[in-house]
Amino acid sequence: MTATVPTTSGPATPGPTATGAADSARPADATTLSAESLSLAYDKRVVVEGLDLTVPSGRVTAIVGPNGCGKSTLLRGLSRLLPPASGRVLLDGQVIGDLPTKEVARRLGLLPQQPIVPEGITVAELVERGRHPHHGLFRQWSREDEDVVADALEATELVDLAGVAVDSLSGGQRQRAWIAMALAQRTPVLLLDEPTSFLDIAHQIDVLELVRDLNAREGTTVVMVLHDLAMAARYADHLVAMCEGEIVAQDAPAEIVTPEVIESVFGIAASVVTDPTTGDPVVIPHRRKRELT
Amino acid sequence: MSALMAAAPHLADSAPEPRAARRADTIATLRDVRRRVRRRRVLLVTALAVLVVALFLVRALLGDYRISFVDGIRMISGTTIPGASFIFMESTLPRAVMSVLAGAAFASAGAAYQSMLRNPLASPDVLGINLGASAAAVFAVVLLGWSGMPVTAVAFLGAVAVAVTIHGFAGRGGAATGRMILVGVGLAAVLSSVVHWVLLRADVYRAQDALVWLTGSLGSVTWSEIARLGAVVAVGVPLLTLVTGRLGVLALGDDLASGLGERAHRLRALVTTLVVLLTASATAVCGPIAFVGFLSGPIARRLAGGRTSIPAAALVGAAMVLAADYVSAYAVPGTAYPVGVVTGLAGAPVLIWLLVAQRRSTQETA
Repeated sequence: MTATVPTTSGPATPGPTATGAADSARPADATTLSAESLSLAYDKRVVVEGLDLTVPSGRVTAIVGPNGCGKSTLLRGLSRLLPPASGRVLLDGQVIGDLPTKEVARRLGLLPQQPIVPEGITVAELVERGRHPHHGLFRQWSREDEDVVADALEATELVDLAGVAVDSLSGGQRQRAWIAMALAQRTPVLLLDEPTSFLDIAHQIDVLELVRDLNAREGTTVVMVLHDLAMAARYADHLVAMCEGEIVAQDAPAEIVTPEVIESVFGIAASVVTDPTTGDPVVIPHRRKRELT
Repeated sequence: MSALMAAAPHLADSAPEPRAARRADTIATLRDVRRRVRRRRVLLVTALAVLVVALFLVRALLGDYRISFVDGIRMISGTTIPGASFIFMESTLPRAVMSVLAGAAFASAGAAYQSMLRNPLASPDVLGINLGASAAAVFAVVLLGWSGMPVTAVAFLGAVAVAVTIHGFAGRGGAATGRMILVGVGLAAVLSSVVHWVLLRADVYRAQDALVWLTGSLGSVTWSEIARLGAVVAVGVPLLTLVTGRLGVLALGDDLASGLGERAHRLRALVTTLVVLLTASATAVCGPIAFVGFLSGPIARRLAGGRTSIPAAALVGAAMVLAADYVSAYAVPGTAYPVGVVTGLAGAPVLIWLLVAQRRSTQETA
C-alpha cells in the first residue's frame, strides 16, 4: 500500500489538501490536529520552540530525529499532556487545552512510550479500559462496547489471549495489547510514542503493519515517533524530521530520506538507495572514520 | 461493527460467514472472561462478609461472659437482662461494631492510597497520616480538655496537615512516591514523639486514654462515637468503591490516564480527601491502630488475584480488627492489651510474608 503514496507534496503546506487525496478511506469531516508557533518547556528548559505543524488528516505521519531532539516532547504537546509554554495546539480548530479532557479522549488517542502494566489484569480488561472516555460515572457496559473491544482484539490477534494476565505476556504481545486498548478508544487521531522500541524486527513489522491496517480500514490519522529511519520511511506517508526542537524538513519519505537531510538531522553520512521491490528509500549509514588526534 | 464492515468491504465480501462466526466466538470469550472476573469478585466479597459476621458474633457474644444469640437479639431490641446487659450493650457489642467500622475505614483508605500511589508502602499509617490525626487529637484532648465532635475536627486537620506536607514534598504531578514515603515515615516518627511528649507533660490518670493515642485501643468506645464514625464510613467507603474503577485507569500511569480522559490530579485530590477523612475519623475515636491500613489492601489484592477491591479490603480490615481485639482482650487471662499491640505483633510476620511472596511472583514472571 505504500506504493500508492504520493511522493510530491509541498513541504510548506503538508495539509489535508496536499496529501489527503490518495488511497485511504478518509471521512470528509476528518478530525484535524495542528500546532501554531508552539513552544514546549520542562520547567525553564525550552525543548521545542516556535514550531508550526499541520498533521495530514487520514495519513500516517512519523516524527524522526536524533535522541533528545524533542520528538516525544512534541507528541506530549500535541496530546495536551504538556501544556504549551507559548503558542497553541488545535484539535478540530479548537485550542486543545480548552476542551473537556474526556471530549479530547474521544477524538485523540495516545499510547505513551512505556505504559505501566497493572498487576493481575487480563488482556480483555486492559482493552476494555480503552472504552473509558466513552463512559460516564454510571453508564453500563453496552453491546457496542463489546463489539468495539472484540474488533480491537481481532485486529491485534489477541482473542486467544483475552483471559491471560497482561504482565505474563511477551514484549511483542504486550505491545499489541496496548495498541488494542488504543484501538478500543476508537479515536480518529492516534498518537504513538515509539511503539516499536524494545521489539525485535519481526514484532516491529507486526506493530507497524497493524498501524497501516488501521489507517487503511478506518482512515485513522496516525502520528508516531519512530527512531528507526528505515522503518519510518517504509511505513509512513509523511515524515517530519526534527533536530534540536525544530522541524528541519517534512515531506513524503522519498523527498526527506536523502543524504543531505540525514546529514543535517542525524549528523551522519549515509547513502540512500531505492528498494527494488517497493520503491521505498533505504538508508545505508557509512562507517564513521575515527579521528585519532 | 457494521461501520467496520463497510470500511473493509474486501474482508466482508470474501468470507462473511466465518467472520460473523469468529465475532460470535470473540464475544463469547470476552463474556467468559468478564464472568470469571465478576464471579471471583462476588465469591470473595461473600466469603469475607461471612467471615466478618462470624467474627462479629464471636466478639460480641463470646467474651468472659457468654451470651446466647437469642439473648443478644433481645437486648438489642430493648430487653434488659441483669448482668448480661451491661457487658453486652456497653462493652462487647460497641467494641464489635467499632472494630468493623474502624477496620473498614483504615483498610479502605489504605487500599485506595496504595492503589493510587502504585506502592504497597504508601498507606496512610506508614505515611504518618494516622499519627497526624493522633497528635492533633491528643493535643486537643489532653491539653485543651476537648471531647466529641471538635476532637474529630482537629484530628482531621492534623491528618490534612500531614497529607499536604507529604504531597508538597512529592512535588507537582505527585510522581515522586518514593520521596513522599520517606518524608511520611520521618513525619510519623516526629509525630509519634509529639504524642509521647504531650502524654508525659499531662496528668493522664487512665492508662487506657494514653494507650488510645499511642497504639490504638477500643477500650473506651461510646455509642455516640460509633454514630459519628458510622456516618463517615457509610459515605466514604461507597464513594471510594465508586472511584476504584477510575483508579484502575490511573494505575496505567498518569500519561495514559490523561490520554483516556481522566484528570489525574483531580481524581488524586478526591481520593486523598476521602482517605484523610476516613483515616482521621477512625483515628480520632480509636487511635492509630497499627498495620490495618497497611496490610488489608495487599491481603485483599492477593485474594482478588492482583486487583484492587475496596469492599474486599474493607472486609479484610474489619475481620482483622475484630480478631485482634478479641485476642487482645482474652488471650492472656486477666490482662487486656490494646488492640494496636496485637495488630502490630501480627502485622510484622504478614508483612514479611507479603514481601517474600511479592518477590517470588515477580521472579516467576520475569
